[in-house]
Amino acid sequence: MRVDIERRRRDGLALHWWILVPVFVSLALPLAATLLYAVSTRWGATLLPDGLTLEWLQRLWQTPRFLAAFGRSLVVVVASLALSLVLILPVAFLAHTRFTGLARWMNVLVLTPFAVPPVVTSVGLLQLYAGGPLPLVGTPWILIFTYVSIALPFVYRSLINSLRGIDAAELMEAAQLLGASPLVAFLRVILPNLRLGIRIAIFLSLSFLIGEFVFANLLVGTRFETLQIYLFNVRRESGHFTSALVITLFTFILILTWLGNGKSEIVAPEERAS
Amino acid sequence: MWRSRPPLALAWLLPFALIFGGFQLAPLGYVALGAFRVDDGWGLDHFREIATSPFYRQAIGRSLEIALVSSAAGLIVATLACYGLTRAGGRIRRVLIAFTNMTSNFAGVPLAFAFIILLGANGTLTLALERLGLVDTFNLYSRGGLMIIYTWFQVPLGILLLLPAFAGLRREWREAASLLGAGRLDYWRHIGLPVLWPSLMGTLTILLANAIGTYATVFALVGNNYNLLTIRIANLVSGDLFLQPQLASALSLVTVALLTLMTLTQQRLTRGRSTCG
Repeated sequence: MRVDIERRRRDGLALHWWILVPVFVSLALPLAATLLYAVSTRWGATLLPDGLTLEWLQRLWQTPRFLAAFGRSLVVVVASLALSLVLILPVAFLAHTRFTGLARWMNVLVLTPFAVPPVVTSVGLLQLYAGGPLPLVGTPWILIFTYVSIALPFVYRSLINSLRGIDAAELMEAAQLLGASPLVAFLRVILPNLRLGIRIAIFLSLSFLIGEFVFANLLVGTRFETLQIYLFNVRRESGHFTSALVITLFTFILILTWLGNGKSEIVAPEERAS
Repeated sequence: MWRSRPPLALAWLLPFALIFGGFQLAPLGYVALGAFRVDDGWGLDHFREIATSPFYRQAIGRSLEIALVSSAAGLIVATLACYGLTRAGGRIRRVLIAFTNMTSNFAGVPLAFAFIILLGANGTLTLALERLGLVDTFNLYSRGGLMIIYTWFQVPLGILLLLPAFAGLRREWREAASLLGAGRLDYWRHIGLPVLWPSLMGTLTILLANAIGTYATVFALVGNNYNLLTIRIANLVSGDLFLQPQLASALSLVTVALLTLMTLTQQRLTRGRSTCG
C-alpha cells in the first residue's frame, strides 16, 4: 500500500516534469545559443564552439558607432521619460483625488497604446508631421513625444497604484489645514510619498522604450540611429559581434526590469498542489 | 476635500492632453478619416481595392492564419506549462516564473537575431538537426519558421497572463471532486476548465492581438518578403516606391476592425461568467 502511494506520487511528479522540461528548454534555447555565440571564438559546423573569449564584448564597447547609438537611445528615452513624468504626475494626481470623471476617461485612454498596433499609429504620425507647421519626422523629437504617449500605461498605472497606497486626498487636506498652498502641498508632501511608484514607472518604461523598434524605424530610421536601428543594420554582419550586442542590450533591459519589478512577484497561493 | 480653483487645476491637464492628443489620438483620427479620402472627395475606393486585390487579401489571410495558429499553439503550451508550474515546488516555480518574465522581454529585432543564430541557414540547432538526420533542410525564413518564432514569443506571455487564473483554482475543489468519485480528467472537464474558461478566452484574445500587431520581429527576419498586414501597411508609408498613405490608412482600419471583432467575440463567448484571478 505504501509503496503504491509512493509510486503514484513519483508518477505525478514525472508528468509535470514531462511538460516543464521541454517547454522551458525550448524557451531557453535561443537565448542560450546567442549567449554562447557572444562569448565563443569561432563556432563553425560543430555542435559546440571551439573556444571561449570576451573579445567580442570588448570590441563592442570600443566601437564608436555602437557607443553613439547607445548615447542617442539614452537621450531619447531619458528625455521622454522625464517629460512623461512631468506631464502625467498632475493628471494621475488630479484623477485620483479630485476628478473621478477624469479617472474613468484615463482608464480607457491608457489602453489605446496597447490596443492600437504601433504600425497603425505610425501611418497617422507620418502624415501629420512629415511637413506642414511641425516637420518632426526624421528628428528625435517625434520619437520623444510618441514615447511619452506609449509610456502612458506604465507611468499612469504605477502612479495610480502608488497614490492608492498613500491616501493622497487626506494628506492634501492636512497639509492645507497647516497652511500650505495646493502646489506646495503636492511638491512637499505628496511627491516624496510617491517615490516607489515613480521608481517603478521609470524602470518599467525605460526597459520598454529601449527595446522599441517600430516607431524608431518608421519615423526616424537611420537619420538618428538608436540602438535598435543599429542592431537592425548590423544584424547580418559578424554573428559573434552582433550576439555580443544582443546580449548586452538584453542584460541592460533585464537589469532595468528587475529594478522596477524587484519587490513584486507572482506566487501561487497553494504552496503545493495535491 | 482639498481646494484649489478648478480652472487652475485643469490647466495642469493641458500639456498632457496636447502631447497625448497630438501623438496618439490625432494620428488615429487621421488614419480613420484618411481611409475614406479619395482624390475627388470621400469614398470607399480604398476598401474596394483591398477587397478585390489578391495581394491584400493574401496579407489579411496570412495575418489571420499566423495569428490563429501561433495563438492556439501558444495557449495550449502555456496552459500545460501553468499546470506544470502549479505542481512544481515553490522554489523551482519562482525561478521558472522569473525566467518566463525574462523571456517575455525578449522581442523584436534581438529575438529575430537570436533565431537566426539558432535556426538560420547556418544556425547551431539547424546544423545539429541536419547532422543527426532529423531534418533535411530547415528554412527559418518561411511560413513554418515564422510560426515557430511567433509561438515562441506567445508562450511566455500566455503563461504570465494565465498564472493568476491557475492560482485561483482551489485545492479543496479537487479534493471535493475526488471525494465524490471524480477522476483527474473528470475534474478538469467539469471543474478546472470551466473555471479557467474566461481567462483562457481572454488570454487567447490578447495573444491574437499581439500576433496581428507584430511587425519588428518579422521585418527583421524577412523584410517585406512575407505578406502580412503590418508589413503591407508599413511598406505603403515607408517603402522606396511610390507611397499610398490613404491605402495604408484603409488597411490600418481593417486591422483595427479585426482586433475589435476578436475582442467582441471573446466578450460574447464569456458573457455571464466572471473572470477570476
